[in-house]
Formats: sequence, C-alpha cells, structure tokens
Amino acid sequence: MTIYLDHASTTALAREVFEAMLPYLSEHWGNPSSIHRSGRRARQGLDEAREAVAMLIGAKPREIVFTSGGTESDNLAISGVAWAASARGRHIITSAVEHKAVLQECALLERHGFAITYLGVDEHGLVDPEAVAAAITDRTVLVSIMAANNEVGTIQPVAEIGSVCRERRVSFHVDAVQAAPFLPIDVNDWQVDLLSLSAHKLYGPKGSGALFVRQGTPMVPLLQGGSQERQRRAGTENVAGAVGLAAAFAVTAEEPNRAGENDRLTTLRNVLLGGVTAIPGVRRTGHPRLRLPNSASVVIDGIEGGDLVAALDLEEIEASTGSACTTGSMEPSHVLLAMGIEPERARGSLRLTLGRENTPADVETTIEAVTRCVARLRAAAAAPEAKEAPAMSGAPSV
Amino acid sequence: MIGGMSRIVVAMSGGVDSSVAAAMVVGITPDGNPPETTDEVVGVWMRTHPFSGEGWEAKRSCCSPDAADDARRVAQILGIPFFILNVEDAFGARVIDAFADAYLQGATPNPCQACNQYIKFDELLRRGLAAYGADQVATGHYARIDRVDGRWRLLRSLDANKDQTYFLWVLTQAQLAATRFPLGKLTKPQVREIAAQLGLPTAAKPESQEICFVPAGDYRALLEERRGYAGKPGPILDANGATVGTHTGYAHYTVGQRHGLGVALGEAVYVREIRPASNTVVIGARDEIAQSQFMVTDRRFVAGEPIADRFEARVRIRHRAPDVACSVTLLGADGLLVETAEPVWAPAPGQAAVLYDGDECLGGGRIALRDAPTAA
Repeated sequence: MTIYLDHASTTALAREVFEAMLPYLSEHWGNPSSIHRSGRRARQGLDEAREAVAMLIGAKPREIVFTSGGTESDNLAISGVAWAASARGRHIITSAVEHKAVLQECALLERHGFAITYLGVDEHGLVDPEAVAAAITDRTVLVSIMAANNEVGTIQPVAEIGSVCRERRVSFHVDAVQAAPFLPIDVNDWQVDLLSLSAHKLYGPKGSGALFVRQGTPMVPLLQGGSQERQRRAGTENVAGAVGLAAAFAVTAEEPNRAGENDRLTTLRNVLLGGVTAIPGVRRTGHPRLRLPNSASVVIDGIEGGDLVAALDLEEIEASTGSACTTGSMEPSHVLLAMGIEPERARGSLRLTLGRENTPADVETTIEAVTRCVARLRAAAAAPEAKEAPAMSGAPSV
Repeated sequence: MIGGMSRIVVAMSGGVDSSVAAAMVVGITPDGNPPETTDEVVGVWMRTHPFSGEGWEAKRSCCSPDAADDARRVAQILGIPFFILNVEDAFGARVIDAFADAYLQGATPNPCQACNQYIKFDELLRRGLAAYGADQVATGHYARIDRVDGRWRLLRSLDANKDQTYFLWVLTQAQLAATRFPLGKLTKPQVREIAAQLGLPTAAKPESQEICFVPAGDYRALLEERRGYAGKPGPILDANGATVGTHTGYAHYTVGQRHGLGVALGEAVYVREIRPASNTVVIGARDEIAQSQFMVTDRRFVAGEPIADRFEARVRIRHRAPDVACSVTLLGADGLLVETAEPVWAPAPGQAAVLYDGDECLGGGRIALRDAPTAA
C-alpha cells in the first residue's frame, strides 16, 4: 500500500466532496447566467457555494471571486490591485519566500515599471512585520505575504502585518492556499483585503479556487469578456468546482474536528521529523514551532533531493523535494536560499507533508525507508568515478 | 537485486532506439506474447543541461524538453515508472567543458564517447542505480556484450551499419557486467518496425545527428561562452610552410576539415595539422594527410590487460570509417604505436583509435597530438 506524504502538493478528492459536486456534473448542468430554470438551478449551487466560503473566512458572499485555483487567485490579487491603483503609486512589497505565483507576477509588473520590494526572512523563514512597516512608502499600493509557506510550512505573523497595512492604508494580500486546511481564517482578525484559496489542497477538486476581495478594493480583471463574478473574472463559472471548494472547505474547517486533526498530525509530524533528523547530516528546515502541523521538511547533506524522492517512490512512499521541480531542474529552492541555506545543501531538500489517511505505522515505515535510501545514495556519491582519462598530452609518455 | 529479481534502469533519450530497448527489457514484443521477464524496469531520462537560450525548443536532440516528453510517453505506454535524473554538473564538466578544451588543445573532441564514459556508464550507473535501487543499466546502443572464460567482451552489433562500439571502447569489466544492450542483434529497420508495431510515438522519429549541446551546430559560440575563446586570426600554411590564407582562430578548425578554409589552390585541400602555440593551421591535399602510423595515448583494454606487447588487430579512427589491419605496439605506460597495412585518412588528434579482433572490440586509445611542429 502506497504511503502518500505529499499533501502540500495535492490531496485526494474526499468522498463527501465528490458527492456534493456530482449533481453539478450531471443534472444541474445549466449556465448560472441564464434566465431559465436550468440556469437558475446552477446559479443556486454557485450562490450557496459562495455563501459557504464567505462564512468560513468571515467575509460577505459578494467578496468571494471564484477562480481556477491558487495561482489565478494570486495573479489576480497582485495584478488586479496593482493596475487599479497604479495612478496612486507603483510600489509593491512581498517576501522572498512567496509562491512563484506571487513572485513571477511581481516580476512581470517590475518589467512594466512597478517597484517591488522583496523582504528577506530569518533562518526559520519568518517575515518581520517591522520590516514591512519600514518598507511602506506613500507609493506603496499592495503588500503580499503568505499565511504559511508551501515548502517549509512556516506560519507568518499575518495578523500583525495586517495591522501594519491597515494603519498605513495599504491593501494586504494573503496567500492562504497552504494554511487553509489547518488555520482558522478570519479576514477581519487578519485585516486582509485579499486572500487566496485553492480547493485541491483541502481534499477538493483541482482547477478550483477563490479570491476574497474586500468590498471597496479597486480591481482590474485578468480575464475579460463577461460580467461574471461582479466583473472581476469573466467566463462561465465552474459551478461544480465552486461547489467542490465550498464542500471541501466546510469539511476541513469544521470544529472541533480540525483542532483534533491538527493535534493528531502534530504528534505524527514530530515523530517523523525526529526520526528523519536523527540521521546524521539531516537538518530541519522552517520554524521549530510556528509551522503547519502536517509539515516535515529537511535538508540532507550529500544527496540530491530528486534522487531520494525517486528512491522513495520505488519503495512506495510518495514525497517531494518541496521546490517547484520542472523537468528535472536542479535549481535550489528560492525559499531555502532566502533562509540562508547554502545552495549545495539546499539541493538535498525533502518535504514530507502528512494528511488525513496517514497513520503512525506510515511514519515508522517512512523513517526506515528514508534512513535506508539516504545511506544508499550517500554510498554511491562517495564511490570513486570511472578511471580518469588523462588530459590530452602532446605525445605518449615513452 | 531485489528479492532475486533484477531492477534494471533503462536510459531513455526520447529516441526510437532507447524506446525499443526499453520495450525489449520490459519483455513486450509485437507478437503480443506476455512479457517473459520478471525483472523490474525503470525508465530514466537524463537532463544534461538547462533548457534555456535560443534553439532548444525546435531542436531534435536527445536533450530537449520535447525529448523528455517523448521518453515519458513511451514509459507510460510500456507501463514502467519514469524519472528524470539531473546530470547537469557532470555533463557540463565531463562533456561540454572537455569538448571546448579539446579544441583549445588543437584536438578533435569526442563528446559521445565522453558522455558514455562519464555520464551513461558512470553517473547513471553509480548515482542512478543507487537512487533506483537497481543493479543493471540498459541503453539503446547498437553493440553486444558476452562473457567468455569469466571475462566480459564488447562485440560489434550484428547491424554493421549501426555499430556503436567506436563510442563504447572505454567501458571497463565492471561497467560491462552491469550493462545490457538489447538492440545488439537488431537492425535499425527492425527497431523502427518494432516501435511502429508497439505504437510507440517515437517510431518515425528522425535520427539525431548533431551534437546535442551545440544547438545551431556552431561550436564557436560555445568556446567563447565556456572558455572565453573568441578566436584570433592567424596564418594558414601549406605543406611547404608558405602562407596561403588566414583563419579565424586555430580552435575553429579540426584535422580533416575541408570546408570553410577560404583557400583556393585549384584542388581540394584539408586541414592537416593544428598548432595552438603558434595559432597556425596547416593544410594539405587529400593524399598528403593520410598516415600509415600514428601514436595513441590513454590506452585501455576492455579485458583490462593488453593481449601482448605487440599484436595484430584492426583499427578504426572515426565513427563509421572502415577499419584497417594494423600492428599495435605498446609504448610506455599508456601509449600505443599503431602501424596500418594501408594509409588511413587524417588521423585526428583527440579522436579514438579503436582496436578490433573480428567482432570483438579490444579497446583503444586517443590519437596523440603531434609533439613536433613538422609533419610526421
């Protein structure tokens, strides 16, 4: 039986979510913008989903924009606000450890003349709220800081940063994609103006997400061509996807089940992290305490993270290096580099992220397998290379 | 070995040869018989350099992202796990930098052989096998391996047209023991037919000919980029030492090269010698650049030991060139003197001189740079 330890990448669709979606993939197939009965029925599903998502984060239904997922939500938050506010100022503050959906959108704006401040983080990956305050100028229109990091699980002080932004009257965006399964979210407690969510990290479907946009926040849409989502996102709505997001979020966020599951995961995670860091030359990455309950991330000396992930896969354990790994790229993770980890060491990254179905036995099996595979990979790396071909010489040495 | 059965890593380039090699190792045959092997097979595509710069997208080489896509599709169809192994560091140092350095020494590089020696049969064997817990590697090379009296032998492929032992002579006993060449008994048309019958998307893919890390086929930019060599004009001399033209920089030429010399002497002329120290290129007529003896360095023998201090063999000095009878004499610690029964055309320093006894590849060495600035 395969052990899945990559819940930060994606999660399996929960049975109850699938069942909630099914009517909108079959009998309720209408277009929610239509006047007729079929349209109205689809519209009902969309409206109910919007209410449910809004309620779960302390927002109003009209403040929820359904999107195709976390990446679109992040892109829309950054560019949508930046262009809408561009007459007032062209400065954005973010951090060096954000998801690429934020960083690359900022880099795009940089090419269009925006100034971007990339705040550094401490060794655990934390952003300092005082650094945010110090970076804000009268040209600053947006601050974007994630709630919890996707690679190392570090939880940021978003409420404190939100308070700084509110005081300085700067819009505040939070990418809560990784945090949503574990942290209670209240957009008013956090004083956020924009917040990204994704369904498939919550045992929901891929291709579905949402962006909270506080009422009164000016926004230019990324997608044109229709008045859906209050002109903020054109295109016929993914009704089943929205219903799936709402159902998944509701199931995940239900208390006290969430608190209980968080405790269970924290216990498992501590055993896992303890077991893996007991291997010599293995160090935890991310914060010792302020981290998502399911997240165990490490760097391992003397190996390539990708090689270890392949080795574990052949032992039926599914893990990740944590970084966006495109066709075998060996670029060290920008998150680990920002935390001051040397590039050579960052290449040996391993991310194990627990979920609902994981058991104490899974954790034991995983610790054994990681220990065994790391030893094997290190032995191979230490083996001598093939016989050296001498450098080209002028003539044979006679 | 895992529980008595082998786990075999197949190096999949995304071309038709390695696709069929993978199918053969998996045991899938076009006749629809169930696989006869119980070995576990893992497909691996090696990423040799970053996908950046102009030309990668359109390129038909084994190292482009398109090739990775093809390899992945074949692995899916064959039902085997597929991984990408990043070998950028080793490939950059052992193949690309070595390629540039050979030119700077006035030699002709041998990147395919270097890739076999240091990447496929070293980096993949050591690191890949550790990662995948495998004990053997299979590739789509046209060559055969057998074992006689406890020694592994490297043999030419049955398809003489495709034989790739010219790039494999560096393999050691330990490497051969862990290697499989499933295509050794097949012809290229047979390989394509098997691929087509299995419905593999690589069945009709054209042969990759150019060097995979030189996108436009022009290595001059690479010399500048990797080694800061921009090229400085210098004289082109004829066999008598008279200046007959100007070249753009000695490292832009290889022995045996005919085109791009900009010299009109009324007959075809070829590069005969490159002298880095004086930035000079020497040319000669076709019959002036044939030689009946030459020196070889860095000798190696597949068996580990030479068969004698002096022996008769056949020698091949470039891929697909006909091999000729020769006498081989051991010189010093790592040299050979090769005397051929008939002149061979333009032995290029840096290229391999590979020795054969019938179908068996005995080993070989690298053709030495000339130690004196005069023709031998």
